[in-house]
Amino acid sequence: MTETLTLPKPRAFRPATTEPVLVKWALIALVLAILTVLLFAPLIAVFEEALRRGAAFALASLSEPDAQSAIRLTLLVAAMTVPLNAAFGIAAAWAVTKFDWRGKAWVITLIDLPFSVSPVVAGLLFVLMFGSNSALGVWLVANGYPIVFAVPGIVLATLFITFPFVARELIPIMLEQGRSEEEAALTLGASGWRTFLTVTLPNIRWALLYGVLLCNARAMGEFGAVAVVSGKIRGQTTTMPLMIEMFYNEYLSVAAFTMAAVLALLAFVTLALKSALEWRYADQLAATHRH
Amino acid sequence: MNIDIEDISKDFGKTVALHPVSLAIPSGTLVALLGPSGSGKTTLLRILGGLECPNAGRVLFDGQDATHLTVQDRRAGFVFQSYALFRHMTVFDNIAYGLRARPRKTRPQAAEIARRVTKLLELIKLPDIGARYPSQLSGGQRQRVALARALAIEPRMLLLDEPFGALDAKVRKELRQGLRDIHDTTGLTSVFVTHDQEEAMALADLVVVMSMGRIEQVGKPDDIRARPKTDFVREFLSA
Repeated sequence: MTETLTLPKPRAFRPATTEPVLVKWALIALVLAILTVLLFAPLIAVFEEALRRGAAFALASLSEPDAQSAIRLTLLVAAMTVPLNAAFGIAAAWAVTKFDWRGKAWVITLIDLPFSVSPVVAGLLFVLMFGSNSALGVWLVANGYPIVFAVPGIVLATLFITFPFVARELIPIMLEQGRSEEEAALTLGASGWRTFLTVTLPNIRWALLYGVLLCNARAMGEFGAVAVVSGKIRGQTTTMPLMIEMFYNEYLSVAAFTMAAVLALLAFVTLALKSALEWRYADQLAATHRH
Repeated sequence: MNIDIEDISKDFGKTVALHPVSLAIPSGTLVALLGPSGSGKTTLLRILGGLECPNAGRVLFDGQDATHLTVQDRRAGFVFQSYALFRHMTVFDNIAYGLRARPRKTRPQAAEIARRVTKLLELIKLPDIGARYPSQLSGGQRQRVALARALAIEPRMLLLDEPFGALDAKVRKELRQGLRDIHDTTGLTSVFVTHDQEEAMALADLVVVMSMGRIEQVGKPDDIRARPKTDFVREFLSA
């Protein structure tokens, strides 16, 4: 008996790397649905709620002294924490990636600590350290440098919360780039500082930019840790996120949502800035990226 | 420039990279440090360049102690294994880097820098690539640019770490001759690291065979081939 060899019926040719059309569209639809429910709809709701009684009313709620002070404080805190954490982040990433030393792995884990600790716990830590139940806190208040329930505490808490963003962006890219370009610069006679400015910094600038933008977004939006250390004194230690909650709890929903809309707009500005820079330097990005 | 290595040793924690080794390199020679990976050849090269600090021993340049000279002050033209070109700079800026990094007093004028870079691009036979970025070059072109960049600082010696390692066989042969020519025109004392015995034998005046952090034999290519001193050298050469 001879076996008959049956060839499979020829199917329409499809390159191995593409999915069937149905799968492709199903995936796109799923992503769009998730984005709509989780991102676009809430965002539209925020703006709709803010403008429910007209733009003039919304703007008037922003011109109140408390609201003004909250906006100013948030911008001040971001303006202080972002440059500091950019510097800390660069220093940490540099130390971790360009040198070998004992305890390095441990420090890398420590950098992530603010991500794994609840912001409220972080805030409480600062209250314990600098609050009125510690000797240091008592001394600081007595000498006129209160930290808790004052702006320095808010800055400290925000610094803690936003610390990992820049370092986390930089460490992988600096590890991948290795040390040889820096070594080359040194053999060519450049000082350490010149090497940093002309070789290291240009090589990490995009990662640094992303890190700074993320850091900025979080610095302006941080709620938990700041809520604990600020004491929520109206007009003094109330940042925008705290102000939003206070307005909302007082049934001032237009004021709350207007402030929320402003915070969202600030995020849009950073995103737009990033896109503009990417667009402006597209050729450079393409030329210098190895991937 | 004469280079004297006196009882240099180096360890990285528990691993010993170099047992005390000594070597005299006469001025103007082209030397190959030959050995399998882990033989300590790259460590020795990096100690010469000032990128690594020896645990003990001395390095003398023209009889003067250079052991504690900084990388910058050594003026060693260093070509890295993967070339380490500055990826965000054009070829021109890469080659000009060392001249621009000089202190203001000894820094040449911009026009003079441009003239020297152009001359170096001619020397490596790539006169038209000044405006390109490293990512737009072939492997062989990158190697030659790295060489030009190292030569731009008017180095006292040339140190090359596996200069042909990342290239295919055909380009490798061409560039070998290129390096020999550049060595002969500049007259610089040059040391290159390789694990390829054929390359070492074809190119170098003096071959230093290394294994496990020790120097097994030093000699002219023909002598080493004719009279291997140790079992290791014999086996390594016959492999």
